[in-house]
Amino acid sequence: MDRLLELLKTNARTSIETLAKQLGEPEADVEARLRDYEMRGIIRGYQAVINTDLLEDDSVRAVIELRIRPTQDGGFDRIANRIGRFDEVESMYLMSGSYDLLLFVKGRNLREVGRFVSSKLANMEGVLSTATHFMLKTYKDHGVMMEQWDHDERLRISP
Amino acid sequence: MNDSVSRPDFVAEHVRRLPRSGIRDFFDIVATRSDIISLGIGEPDFVTPWHIREAAITAIEHGATRYTANLGLGELRKSVCRYLRQSYDGLAYDWQSETLITVGVSEGLDLAIRATISPGDEVLYHEPCFVAYAPLVRMAHGVPVPVETHAEEDFRLTPEALEAAVTPRTRALLINFPCNPTGAVLDAADVQMLADFVTRHDLLLITDEVYSELTYEAARVSVAQVPGLRDRIIFLGGFSKAWAMTGFRLGFVCAPADLIEAMMKVHQFGMMCAPTLSQKAGVEALDNGWDDIAAMRDAYRDRRNLMCASFAEMGLDCYKPQGAFYTFPSIRSTGLSSYDFAMRFLNEESVACVPGSAFGACGEGFIRCSYATHIDKIREAMERMARFVARVRGAK
Repeated sequence: MDRLLELLKTNARTSIETLAKQLGEPEADVEARLRDYEMRGIIRGYQAVINTDLLEDDSVRAVIELRIRPTQDGGFDRIANRIGRFDEVESMYLMSGSYDLLLFVKGRNLREVGRFVSSKLANMEGVLSTATHFMLKTYKDHGVMMEQWDHDERLRISP
Repeated sequence: MNDSVSRPDFVAEHVRRLPRSGIRDFFDIVATRSDIISLGIGEPDFVTPWHIREAAITAIEHGATRYTANLGLGELRKSVCRYLRQSYDGLAYDWQSETLITVGVSEGLDLAIRATISPGDEVLYHEPCFVAYAPLVRMAHGVPVPVETHAEEDFRLTPEALEAAVTPRTRALLINFPCNPTGAVLDAADVQMLADFVTRHDLLLITDEVYSELTYEAARVSVAQVPGLRDRIIFLGGFSKAWAMTGFRLGFVCAPADLIEAMMKVHQFGMMCAPTLSQKAGVEALDNGWDDIAAMRDAYRDRRNLMCASFAEMGLDCYKPQGAFYTFPSIRSTGLSSYDFAMRFLNEESVACVPGSAFGACGEGFIRCSYATHIDKIREAMERMARFVARVRGAK
């Protein structure tokens, strides 16, 4: 992967100026490449990694396993695209194994997620079954451990 | 300090005469300050990769809490030899008779010097350099003889400087490339020059390659790879820097069997063996740690680029380091001495770096800035340095 993308994955807020210095390239080149990635849809967005467990917020997240019947003309994609349009769905993947779609879903509370599953997903044409698992605690998200233990305890000057 | 105590000064003469490390003095000053950014740290900011830490935990669970063989665990020695063969183009050492596991490269250096240097023997080494070389030679009752290197020559050793320093009492040449603090490396021509030099003068060559995995654009070459030279080489390697394992205290020495046997005597009576848990972790590091090294090396390279670009903007000359994780910019253009620059920068902008003079007299006029620090802190430190340098120049 382009080192520029790796640097942005680590910290998407790094300025063009700093990126250019780190890469040893002119700023204009870095900026042009960045725009190109955005235009081509390779960079699809820039998001913060938030430890929601620390927020005064009772919202809940759930993982939902979905078994679906592929349609003749659209396979899995057609129904996946229908489901993916719901705001409640944060991420969705087609899986191998005992179910077909894996959904990461968020809601303001248990009841809201429950309602989404029963009234939106379960009765959708082509959905065979659902299995909903609520998340209790986030340990790691987007490669970031949520608990911070790694204090810098190094000697402040060493040879 | 002993005025009120009625007993002899028990400190040995040669230890009393040993000067305190310049780094220690500066450390004491920095220790009194809070909320500083430190560019003075000679160890990785990364924590040891998790799978290596987990190997140590597993070793504890399995009760690996006893001594190992004095030479070190067989499986670790085999891994070390496999690593050298693969990474140094077929460099071959025998794991049973030519490999010794040490408590960091620090112990390896001490063993190499104590096992080979007789009282009065002279040891050549290059400055600016790691702070331990001259004291270790002195503690072995040898005579350290510094050979200067200069920014104008990319901190390389030159045949002229070496020839000027060698005498009939010279016993060994001690080198460290990639170099702490300069970041200099050897190329194929340097290696051949050094090989010719030690052969011509019949010297032992001790090569401290603890930073060898942290080599950037330059191709990595070692004196140990020169055909016919291996009988006069002691090769020192370690896990601290590339694998971020400083606290594990783990290194290794490879050398001809007679020299390993001699170092083994010193090691056996002084240390017994390297920590068993660390040795278990070392096996994991050598066998499965290559992706981690690559990721850390990439991060260091980006940070080095950021620092060097920042120095250029400030108008500070800096050799672009090809290895290790230090930059060594010249601060002569500010008109300040190394010590004054470091002190004022600390006091006025709360950033610590190490005066170049701590690494030898010819380090005067330079400062060492470590990039084993998070990129955000480096960026902030560079902004403060730019402000500081502009202010110093403006006041001239």
